[in-house]
Amino acid sequence: MRPLVPVSFATRVVLGVLFFVVFFAAWAFATLGGYVSKTFLADPITMFKSGYALITEMDFAHDIAMTVWRVVGGFVIAALIALPLGVAMGAYKPIEAFFEPFISFARYLPASAFIPLLILWAGIGEAQKLALIFIASFFQLVLMIAVIVGNTRRDLVEAAYTLGAKDRSLIWRVLIPGAAPDIAETLRMVLGWAWTYVIVAELIGASSGIGHMITDSQALLATDQIIFGIIVIGVIGLISDTLFKLANRRMFPWAMLGR
Amino acid sequence: MNSSPPRPVILSARGVERRFESSSGSTLALQATDLEVAENDFVTILGPSGCGKSTLLRIIAGLDQPTAGEVRLDGQPISGPGADRGMVFQSYTLFPWLNVLDNVCFGLRERGLPRAEQVEIAQSFIAKVGLIGFEQHYPKQLSGGMQQRTALARALANAPRMLLMDEPFGALDHQTRELMQELLLGIWEAEAKTVLFVTHDIDEAVFIGSRVVLMSARPGRIKLDRPVPLPHPRHYSVKTTPAFSALKAELTEAVRVEVLAAAR
Repeated sequence: MRPLVPVSFATRVVLGVLFFVVFFAAWAFATLGGYVSKTFLADPITMFKSGYALITEMDFAHDIAMTVWRVVGGFVIAALIALPLGVAMGAYKPIEAFFEPFISFARYLPASAFIPLLILWAGIGEAQKLALIFIASFFQLVLMIAVIVGNTRRDLVEAAYTLGAKDRSLIWRVLIPGAAPDIAETLRMVLGWAWTYVIVAELIGASSGIGHMITDSQALLATDQIIFGIIVIGVIGLISDTLFKLANRRMFPWAMLGR
Repeated sequence: MNSSPPRPVILSARGVERRFESSSGSTLALQATDLEVAENDFVTILGPSGCGKSTLLRIIAGLDQPTAGEVRLDGQPISGPGADRGMVFQSYTLFPWLNVLDNVCFGLRERGLPRAEQVEIAQSFIAKVGLIGFEQHYPKQLSGGMQQRTALARALANAPRMLLMDEPFGALDHQTRELMQELLLGIWEAEAKTVLFVTHDIDEAVFIGSRVVLMSARPGRIKLDRPVPLPHPRHYSVKTTPAFSALKAELTEAVRVEVLAAAR
């Protein structure tokens, strides 16, 4: 093992899986060995059993689907507005000067603090959940996209101008394609953050969703179900992250060269 | 060369001056400079680093504005960058998301040519710079020399009135650089282009130029303007001829004075 020396793909997979094994083994040892009371922490076997029961008997799949739809829905709306605005801010400094101070301020507002207001404005239905995800991801996305676009290499911009490019085609043929891989990476990262907010949205005023199931289980002290819910979120996050990474690699093969 | 009829002047710079303002005061990078370039000239601008030679080139390219004076191309004042002045930069400026073919097509597509025509033109220039077989390669898969050859093809494919080159081979190793010089010279001899080439390498300036312009240390101004008395087509063996050595010796002496002045 030496600093910065890469490992092979197979080793990477083995090591990655190994930690999951270690994690579950430690958990099983603590709970099945009787070191931790069942009231506070369910053991892995009970957890998987009640997880199975949740899915087969209590229609947990519907909760999962609702949660996924909320995250994706709120995130897609945020991205659809953040992309053009972020590109415009990155490309045109007056537009950036106009929006940037407010968005920097709005970015630090804790999204969860908006829940009472959102309930007041949008009720406890889907609109409130989507709005929360929107608030949580929109401002971050806009700022990061604006920075990425603004960091376009100036020598590429100059090269494009000397090849006859006008401002409009500079944006479409240089700024956007050059920024695209980093923007895709940002989308992937912010989608991860959106996941952490959907559960908050569902803890209050929801009648379905993974967060709702967790709140219900809390009343019953069903730590096995709570942990199963958390693991499901983690697994979905891992899957969406991996799919996003694969998609980015396919879409931007040039950006992966020499990395 | 002296027997040929005078060629029309296509580029003229009159009293071009560039001053950079900063909080610590203003720096004169380029003193009022006059320069005329005739059609099919290959002018090399030689000077120590920081003498404002790149600034002059960037002003001609329209990427920088002079604080005084004016540059005209074919009688029209230059107000910004345009496809009539193709440029090759010292840094590698190929678009990393485009392969070699699409990089060379960039300006052609900008002009709205049909794809088939773009590819046809691009292919002919890819062939001229010796990159057949690399059309589908991305810039990151190419060596520095190959990237600069692609950049040259990209600039030439646009059929610019002038080719501006800002130390394009500066980042290349010595052997690659010599090959690139011969390649560029061959293309210039075949295509009858007008070239303005900035360098700090005296051998390079004399070998590829038909005229060498020497700039003084900061603030930059033109100190010497010499025709290169070497016949075309040139072979690398001219570097050992007395004519080459004589001009090189004169320029070396003059550059040395400037470097010493700049160091003081």
